[in-house]
Order: sequence, then structure tokens, then C-alpha cells
Amino acid sequence: MTASTTTTPAGSAIAPRRRRADDVAGLGTARAGIFVAPALIIIGLFLLFPAVWTIWLGMTDYRLTGLQAASPEFVGFENYIDALTDPSFWNSLGLTLVFVVASGIVGQTLIGFALAWSVRNIHGWVKALIEGLVLAAWVIPASVASFLWLVLMDRRSGTLNGLLGTDGYAWLIEHPMEAIILFNIWVGTAFSMQLFSSALSAVPPSQIESAKMVGASGWQQLRDVIIPNIKGHILTNTLLITLWTFNTFTPYLVTAGGPNGKTEILSVYIYETAIPGGQLGLGAAISLIMLLINLVIALAYIRVSRGRKKA
Amino acid sequence: MTAPATVRKVAANTTVRHYVARVAFGLVLTIVGLLFALPLVWLVLAPFDATPTLSLAWPDWTLDNFARLFQNPYAMRSIGNSLLLGVGTMIIVVVLGALAAYAMSRIRIPGRDGILYGLLLLSSIVTGTAAMVPTFQIITSLGLINTYTGVLLVLAGGILPTVIFILKDFMDSIPKSYEESARLYGAGPFRILRDVVVPIARPGLAFIAIWTIVQVWGNFLVPFILLRSPDLQPAAVVMYTFYTESGQADLRLISAFALLFSAPVLIIYFVVNRRYGFRFHGGIKS
Repeated sequence: MTASTTTTPAGSAIAPRRRRADDVAGLGTARAGIFVAPALIIIGLFLLFPAVWTIWLGMTDYRLTGLQAASPEFVGFENYIDALTDPSFWNSLGLTLVFVVASGIVGQTLIGFALAWSVRNIHGWVKALIEGLVLAAWVIPASVASFLWLVLMDRRSGTLNGLLGTDGYAWLIEHPMEAIILFNIWVGTAFSMQLFSSALSAVPPSQIESAKMVGASGWQQLRDVIIPNIKGHILTNTLLITLWTFNTFTPYLVTAGGPNGKTEILSVYIYETAIPGGQLGLGAAISLIMLLINLVIALAYIRVSRGRKKA
Repeated sequence: MTAPATVRKVAANTTVRHYVARVAFGLVLTIVGLLFALPLVWLVLAPFDATPTLSLAWPDWTLDNFARLFQNPYAMRSIGNSLLLGVGTMIIVVVLGALAAYAMSRIRIPGRDGILYGLLLLSSIVTGTAAMVPTFQIITSLGLINTYTGVLLVLAGGILPTVIFILKDFMDSIPKSYEESARLYGAGPFRILRDVVVPIARPGLAFIAIWTIVQVWGNFLVPFILLRSPDLQPAAVVMYTFYTESGQADLRLISAFALLFSAPVLIIYFVVNRRYGFRFHGGIKS
């Protein structure tokens, strides 16, 4: 509102000079509003509103079909009680925890760091090849990536059985969780590798040199020089990876939650409950739990990145 | 034992240890590299094999699979659909994002930075997975289920906060003196935007455009939930139905399709990465 005064000469005399200098294009608040509005409306309708709507939806018995589809009724916290007392919900949450820790925090972070560390002093085609392979796994569409893993682990003639001589072994049925964990590591490690590559290149060489001078071994250099230097990056990387791994839906493309719900991580569980299962209200209630967990991770991330900016 | 001999022995020990460590390091790196390469090799070889199987095999080279793929109206239409969704989202996001970022950069709105951070936070919390139920319901009640409008709006809503955030940085870096002098010559805000701001912000806009297309190209969940008829589905969804609904998988078709579907993003990524050195940091896959 105050900015609109800057467009009139009388107003500009009253308004602080800095403000007038801001509006160099003569945009004016009204026009600026028109510029901003369409984007904000789309964000509001399809991002903000769904988040708020989830709260209400989670308190109804809304279903995809039947009587409750036409006129859903308010049921209060029934869905939340149903979800929280359902063993399959806790099973799904437990699987999600294993999946996030094993494939995200341990797998992607450690392998990403190890790769960045290994190739940091190599140049030429070996480095380009390794980085290129890891990046390619990251870039190709999830539908293709999941199909490649189905090919790899196929029961009858899959590549893995061919290489190991374990003909007829059904990897996806015997080890479904391990399969989607490895799959997710394969897909996502590139981000950690790139982040740690740039972090490692920013470590002051003088510190590494002096560590070498006093005879520190590779491991000691890593522990006493490198890790303290990139602590912030490690934290940032861990939080982002956790958030993304927690929300990924692509393991569905490999195992579809099966066999017998053994890979039914939270995102798949919500999908199965809400869309094929038709229980939209219950699905929304679980979605809200997921949104709250997301919120906690994202707030932690913001705290960390703010702290790093100040330091 | 004399002192020099001990030194020599220790030195020899460290050299041996050093050598062993180098070999072990090389070995581990090779194994990790092979694990990453293994699924990709099939993607590169199988499409050119006259009789592809699920195992790795040196192909019996042919381009027939691609010829068949180009004749398959179903597969090619889905690639076209992916392109339509990618370009459509890109246009919405670049135009609306640029307008919003420009206005936010030039007009001081109280709490602007707070709003921007809030939007960014929101977009990382409300992901396709966590918001699939309300999104499905909203699109259904708007009557936009099984339409591109619905998919485009949902995709744009998810991507716009990041886009505005990045573009505002670009707009902030444009010197205000350019606009001042344009204004002195009597140019209006739209003219300034078109002839002064857009040309300068072009690298930023190009980055956003490419980033959006790559994001949408691989997106599975949103079209999977919101589109019902196979005619409309993009390649990401059709690829999935190819091998789940048709009991006997046609590997000649699927392998060629997988490569054709992956190639554009791989090419974009490696060309851009090599030429400009920038990296798609942030949520390229979310």
C-alpha cells in the first residue's frame, strides 16, 4: 500500500527515498500485484490448499465410491485412531524407517562420499566415466530405471542370475526390501556425490598439507581435517536425502509394495489405501502424518542452512 | 640391526602397504563402477539386439526395433504426450514465474523474503506423494480429472515456488540503471520487461525452462493418478503399463522405447553440464 504512493509525485516526497528508488520500472503496486497473482493463485490452489484440505479430508469418511463418495460425513479423529491402531500402518512406518536409513542416510550418503573422495585426485577418463555412470542413473526417468532393475533381477533370465549362476532365483520375492534399497541407492547417489565433490574441493589445501607434514595417515586426515571442514555439508545432505527418500514413490514401480506388503513404504501405503483401496479419508489422515514428518525435517533443514549462512 | 637398515625396512613396508592400498582402492572403485554400469549396459545394448532377452548379451546389431517403435502409434503418442506436458508446464512456469519474480524483485512487499522462504518450504513439504489424496480430490471436484489442464496446473503449482525463488535472484542482479534509462526514453513497464529485463535474464530463464522439462519428463506419480485414458498418458506411465498389463513383455519394443524415452534428458543433462558447468543442484528428482 505504501509503495503505491511512490508513483505520485506528492507521495514520493513523503515516502522514504529508498522506496522510490526501488520501483525503477514504474511498475506500481497494482501492476505488481497483477504480475504476482497468477503464480500465487496456482501455488495457493494446488500446493497450499491441498495441505490445508488434507486436515479436513482426514476427518471425513470420504470414499472413492458408494454413499460416502456423494456426501462424506465428518467423523472426527476416527481415521487417525484407525490408522494408529492398525498394525499395517506401523508396519509401513517401520519399513519406511528402514528404507530411509539404509538407502538414504547410510547408502546414498556413504557411497556418495566415498565416490567423491575416491575420484577427487583422479583426472581424465576414469573420473569422467565413474561420474557419468552415477549421474546417468540419476537422470534417466524413474520408469526406465525401475524397468532396468526388473531386468537385472528377473527370476528366469535376469542379468544377476546369469552372472551369479543362480538360475531361477527370485530376488524380488526373496529379498524385496534389499532390492528397493539398492535400487534407491543406485538412483540417488549422484546428488550426494556431487555435493561432497564440491565440498571437498572447498577444503583449504593448506590444512591438508600441514596434516600430511605432521604425518597424519589418510584416515586421520579424513577425521581431523576433512570431516570438521564439511560438517555443514554432511548435515545438509543428510536432511535433504532424508526428505526425498521419505517421499519417493518410485520403489512402487519395482515391487508395487509387494510381496505381501513387504515393501509397502508410507508413500505406497497411502496410494494403496486411497486410490485403489478407495478410502480417501483414511488416506488423507495418513497423508497428514506424512506432511507433519516432512515439516519437521524441513524445519531442521532451514535451521541448519541458516546457521551455516551466519557462520 | 643397525639404524639405517630399520629405516629401509620400514620404508619398504610402507611402499608395499601403499601399493596394496592402491590396488585395493582400484579394485573397489571398479566394483562400484560395475554395479552402477550393470543396469545401464542393458539399456544401451538391448535396443539394438535383434532378439533382446532380459540377460546381458552382445547384440546381433539391428535398428529394426526402432523402426517398429516408430510405427507403434501407442508408444510414439505417449512420447508426444510427455513433450506436450513438459513444454506446457515449462511455458506456464517460465511466464508466470518470471512475472512474479520480476514484480517481487522490484516492488518492496512487506515480508517478501518471508513469503518466498515460506513458499519454498511449502513446496518441499507438500510433495506429490504426501498430497496425492487432496490433489486427486480437488482435481476431481474441479472436473479436471483425465485432462491435461489438471496435470499442468498441479505440476506448475509444485514447481513454481522454486522457479520464483531462483528467478528473483536473477532479477535482483539486473542493474536498475538499465530500467531507469529505458524509462527516461518513455518505455512502459511491459516494454521494459520485454526489451530490457527478459534479454538480460535469458540465461536464468533458459535454466528454468530446461530444469522444468527434465522434471516433468520423468514425473510418474502426478499423471499416473490424474490421467485415466491410455491415449493421454505420457511415456513415464505408458512405460509402466507396458510391462505390467501385457503379460508377455515385448522386449524389442520396450527396450527401444526405454532408450528413446531416456535419451533426451541424458543428452540435455550432459550437454548442459559440459558446456555451462552448472549442476542441477536441488530437487531434480523429487
